[in-house]
Amino acid sequence: MSCWDTVADYGLRAIGIGLRGLPKTDFTLCQQVTLIGSGMIWNVYFGVISLFVGFFFAISLALGKFSDRWWLRLPADWFVFIFRGSPLFIQLFFAYFLFLSLKKHYSFFDPFTAAWLGALIVLVCNTAAYSASIFHGALLSIPKGDIEAADAYGLSGWTRFRKIIWPTMLRLGWPAYTNEAIFLFHATALVFFSAFPAWQQRGDALYYASYFADKTFNPFVPYPILGGFFILLTLLVIGFFSAINRRLNRHIPAEDYQKIRLRLNMFR
Amino acid sequence: MGFYTSFATVLLLLAITAPTALMFGFAGASAARSQFAPVRWFGKIYIAIVRGVPDIVFFLFFVIALDQALEWMRHKTLCPDWTENIRQGADFVVCQAAKLPQGDSPQWVHKTYGFALAVFTFAIVFGAFASNVLFGAMQAVPRAQIETAEAYGMTRRQSFWRILVPQMWVYALPGLSNLWIVLIKSTPLLFLLGIEDIVYWANELGGSKLARFSAYPHGDWRMWYFLALLVFYLAFTKASEVILDRLMKKLTYGQATTGGAQQLAAGQ
Repeated sequence: MSCWDTVADYGLRAIGIGLRGLPKTDFTLCQQVTLIGSGMIWNVYFGVISLFVGFFFAISLALGKFSDRWWLRLPADWFVFIFRGSPLFIQLFFAYFLFLSLKKHYSFFDPFTAAWLGALIVLVCNTAAYSASIFHGALLSIPKGDIEAADAYGLSGWTRFRKIIWPTMLRLGWPAYTNEAIFLFHATALVFFSAFPAWQQRGDALYYASYFADKTFNPFVPYPILGGFFILLTLLVIGFFSAINRRLNRHIPAEDYQKIRLRLNMFR
Repeated sequence: MGFYTSFATVLLLLAITAPTALMFGFAGASAARSQFAPVRWFGKIYIAIVRGVPDIVFFLFFVIALDQALEWMRHKTLCPDWTENIRQGADFVVCQAAKLPQGDSPQWVHKTYGFALAVFTFAIVFGAFASNVLFGAMQAVPRAQIETAEAYGMTRRQSFWRILVPQMWVYALPGLSNLWIVLIKSTPLLFLLGIEDIVYWANELGGSKLARFSAYPHGDWRMWYFLALLVFYLAFTKASEVILDRLMKKLTYGQATTGGAQQLAAGQ
């Protein structure tokens, strides 16, 4: 069987297309690369969707934290504290069992116990909390002169936010937000290792990598493959985010603005 | 009972890992600024590798790899006349005497061995993060301080221990306290390493009990167990934050930083 056949059989295995049974014996390198790669579909899915939804959620949370009104500030503060103060791993476990017991009483919660929705919600809340504190920090570090100038020009309310505060906040927060995005992609690997079951063995990349490591007792092949895939994904994310960073800073001389510096160093 | 001792396991892990990781970090950071090139490369490579590889991948990979490396070394020394290959296809075979821990050793030896492996892994990974922080802190100590020390005729070693090391902590503390909180939040990953930690017990005890199998029949309580864990971690991180903030205030006192200047101005 050539490698292309394997790719055809297992390339989309993680979303249920292709051969049903996973390889049982005589694992080839090609099979491992293909299956782990197909598992990356889930990592990308979780990462991209929760990044997108979480972005807007984070902005509203950051504005809530920044607000003068206590009934906006307190809930936002608590939300950020809860999701930043506890491990993502425990959050995933708790959410799964919460949805499981809700499901017993209301059939509406049926899809929530599946990873594609339940884990997604947790990841959205988690990344929103972390990004909210990044954007809150950015809001706090907007130069006072910018706001004063806006006031002097007679801008106020929505216009002042849209034309002055919003772009400056994004610009200042963006390098830190890039790192957050990278951690988020790495954190997606936790999903199937917490309680969320991989239905019909449709798991993410780490799920397949540990499957191979279990079957072959040899961690030296699947985990480096997985590492390679993640490094590739990280480079893509960095490329995309630095393009946006350049766009956000296009009015500032190139040597003055903060370049995105890679800081891959945090767990959740 | 196991549930309560597992909290002790987590605390023990933190108590052992934090100083060990700090030591590794200190060694790594000193190595990275060594004048002897191979030592410097070693330090830099150590920091770069551990930081570049996605987090839990490293955890899953490293424990098995370390286990196999130890068994391989024991195999080479204890059974020199063994002729078969160690890696037979998918299996990793070493002679009986080289097995770690010995097959006939009591249960607690197995548990302790697993725990020691976990501690070592945590220490290596967090040591790399810590050495990154300490390396930055050493760079942040004003250059003039070292130059003054040299002007007084101190050797490189003397100025390192008497000038650089006492002063670097105030620069390192924000990074280190961040790291401590991250370390607390990463302890549930012990579960992935096969240690019977709080996640394991919450999963076990909370699961449905039937009257036939257990003296205390109850439904699925895992949700409440994980809620308790969530609260435990929240309280733990919050308490650490408060204490570390106080420590930072103390260390800042009288330092040539903006924080120290502010304290002096406030007349504290």
